[in-house]
Amino acid sequence: MSEVAFDPTAPHGVHPPSYLTAGHTLRSWLTTTDHKRIAILYMLALTLFFFIGGIAAALIRLELFTPAGDLLTAEGYNRAFTLHGVIMVWFFLVPSIPVTLGNFLVPLMIGAEDMAFPRLNLLSWYIFMAAGLLAAFTILAGGVETGWTFYTPLATAFANGNVLAAAGAVFVAGFSSIATGVNLIATIHTQRAPGMTWFRLPLFVWGMYTVSIVIVLATPVLAMALLLIMAERGLGLPIFDPAHGGDPLLFQHLFWFYSHPAVYIMILPSFGVISELVTCFARRRIFGYEFMVYAMAWISIVGFLVWGHHMFVSGMSSYASLVFSFLSFVVAVPSAIKVFNWTFTFYRGEIGFAAPMLYAIGFIGLFTVGGLTGLFLASVPVDVHVTDTYFVVAHFHYIMVGGAVSAFYGGLHFWWPKITGRLYPEAWARFAAVLMFFGFAFTFTPMFLMGFLGMPRRYYSYPAEFQIWHVLASAGALLLAFAYLLPMAYLAWSLRWGRRAGDNPWQATGLEWSTTSPPPPHNFATMPRVAEGPYLYHPAETGPQHGQPEPEQKQGDHP
Amino acid sequence: MSQAHPALREPWRSLHRQRQGASFGIWVFLASEVMFFAGALMVFGMLRLQHPAGFLAAARATDIWFGSVNTAVLLTSSLTMAVASQAAEAGLRRLALRCLGITALLGLAFLVVKGFEYRADILGGLVPGPTFRLEEPAAQLFFGFYWALTGVHAVHLTIGIVAVAGLAWRGWRGTLPLASPAFEVTALYWHLVDLVWVFLYPLLYLPGRSG
Repeated sequence: MSEVAFDPTAPHGVHPPSYLTAGHTLRSWLTTTDHKRIAILYMLALTLFFFIGGIAAALIRLELFTPAGDLLTAEGYNRAFTLHGVIMVWFFLVPSIPVTLGNFLVPLMIGAEDMAFPRLNLLSWYIFMAAGLLAAFTILAGGVETGWTFYTPLATAFANGNVLAAAGAVFVAGFSSIATGVNLIATIHTQRAPGMTWFRLPLFVWGMYTVSIVIVLATPVLAMALLLIMAERGLGLPIFDPAHGGDPLLFQHLFWFYSHPAVYIMILPSFGVISELVTCFARRRIFGYEFMVYAMAWISIVGFLVWGHHMFVSGMSSYASLVFSFLSFVVAVPSAIKVFNWTFTFYRGEIGFAAPMLYAIGFIGLFTVGGLTGLFLASVPVDVHVTDTYFVVAHFHYIMVGGAVSAFYGGLHFWWPKITGRLYPEAWARFAAVLMFFGFAFTFTPMFLMGFLGMPRRYYSYPAEFQIWHVLASAGALLLAFAYLLPMAYLAWSLRWGRRAGDNPWQATGLEWSTTSPPPPHNFATMPRVAEGPYLYHPAETGPQHGQPEPEQKQGDHP
Repeated sequence: MSQAHPALREPWRSLHRQRQGASFGIWVFLASEVMFFAGALMVFGMLRLQHPAGFLAAARATDIWFGSVNTAVLLTSSLTMAVASQAAEAGLRRLALRCLGITALLGLAFLVVKGFEYRADILGGLVPGPTFRLEEPAAQLFFGFYWALTGVHAVHLTIGIVAVAGLAWRGWRGTLPLASPAFEVTALYWHLVDLVWVFLYPLLYLPGRSG
């Protein structure tokens, strides 16, 4: 898609200098301002948190194997699911794709040397680690039992756990998110290479751009909400205290004003990743590029206006419920557009089933189920029936785990050769991708069924009639855990024994594939110049098995 | 790039672009700050609508003299900060450094006055809890927000003072070129902290005074 001038004098067969070999000391890593190294630092940290959150999930699934509460106490169970929620949401899913793949790829994809503010980028990692230390302290000091939602008055007056430390950890992590968001927005605005116009950006960059806007505008509201409950619990200021005329519902409004958009913070980057995978492995331009962009922008704006659908049973005005219900249906439209456009991208494509593509196909299926069940929850009468049941748990796990985590693993496999210069073992990866899909479906589909039958969430014991569903879910979780661990094993193996990847093992378009693998410290030997839109996998007319020229399609490649 | 300016940093290719980019970045961050305070002010506004009498009575109990003096101090500091930023851009080193110094001192003066006001509030029984003086329902609620909001504002101001003093120190030592975007970025942050007070002053000090 671009003309990158390579240095023809570079000796063949000699490995060019890469960001990985730019320094070997621990100090060179901890003081780096190279966006690629910071992405690696984040990856290590996130892997650790993914393990912690996963252990909590394992405790939950073990406890629920039997109807009686036998493994954990009620209190211990509350702490386990709170730990699982807090760590997985704020220390894994929210930062996951933006700080790792986003950090690594955005400058490469737009033809830049680095992020706009490299030192701020490093600072954001240190802030994240400080938040992580606070979270670790919370866990070691016994955890917290409020659920990840920190609802008051439970969090302010009644909880015995370390609410202050937990809320403080999330508060501090928010600064790291905001710093990354500001950096990504400024980078995409100011660091694009000549010719890289807005409508030539790869959709992954658009995903990063729209998610950054949501991060920057939503995270501070959560920060204030947490600060206010910390002030109430720690300093005794009656902010939400009904005894003094305060209103706990206002906390819920603030909390969900962030935490609903947070779902889009988790899924918008996935949309970007999936668009890259589907086009590469269908060897096709994306269907409806401009609509894909507008759909993400639409989601990022309307996503701010639907938070009330978390509060249909909280005593909110029924008129407000009506409006929030309508807007929640409205925000589903662009998601549907995206699913249709990915599907149409397959049409007349030359489809290959490499592991990243299997993850992408799995994503599309799971995300569709998650999205459609979201419409059940957006309609007030159904929501009243299934509020606080496993139906809700299944729905948001389909989006956040089936969707976002599948996309993260798919993206990690796809760009692994670029990041490390090594190929992963393809057969194992395909096995892991298929296993993840079935393990996921096995774990969370029973939750839809038992939720609809009335199994409430956040209980450590349950009536015996639900046991079959819980056993199915726990058995599926075992498969899922294996599907998560297996890639970690073979990816680590490939670091040393994997075959060396060339610059562009997938024959993919995109500036990141035009530089070496792994890229040199400043990304490109000379500044790239861009003359075409993204995803031109083959020129019109010459596509394989295409009897006639492809229909004209808006690719944003305006004269 | 042989004539690279000392204020130019990677990955920027020209000082002009770097200044534009830094200014853009801080505006995006300020949008985030606006949402931060907007959350609390929304809750405050809702509660004031629910408890008009209690909130007016509580607002009358604040010390308008401390509040007004501080408003004047902070607005003046924004003036000197604006002059400092413009002077740095124009290369007027002495004026820039002097105005930075005055800005930091005015910020400190605000905190000192605020400290005296807090002392008076504590002695006057305006801390929510068993010793609270006012009888009106919801008056404690108002003072919950009074302490939280002015406290968060004071933290922001402290960060601003440290940043401004740091600029003045590095400018005086000559380790920071006047062309650095840091001057404008810090100025924009300072103005936001000032602007937050412009909202807090009428919301916390002025209600209930006209009757």
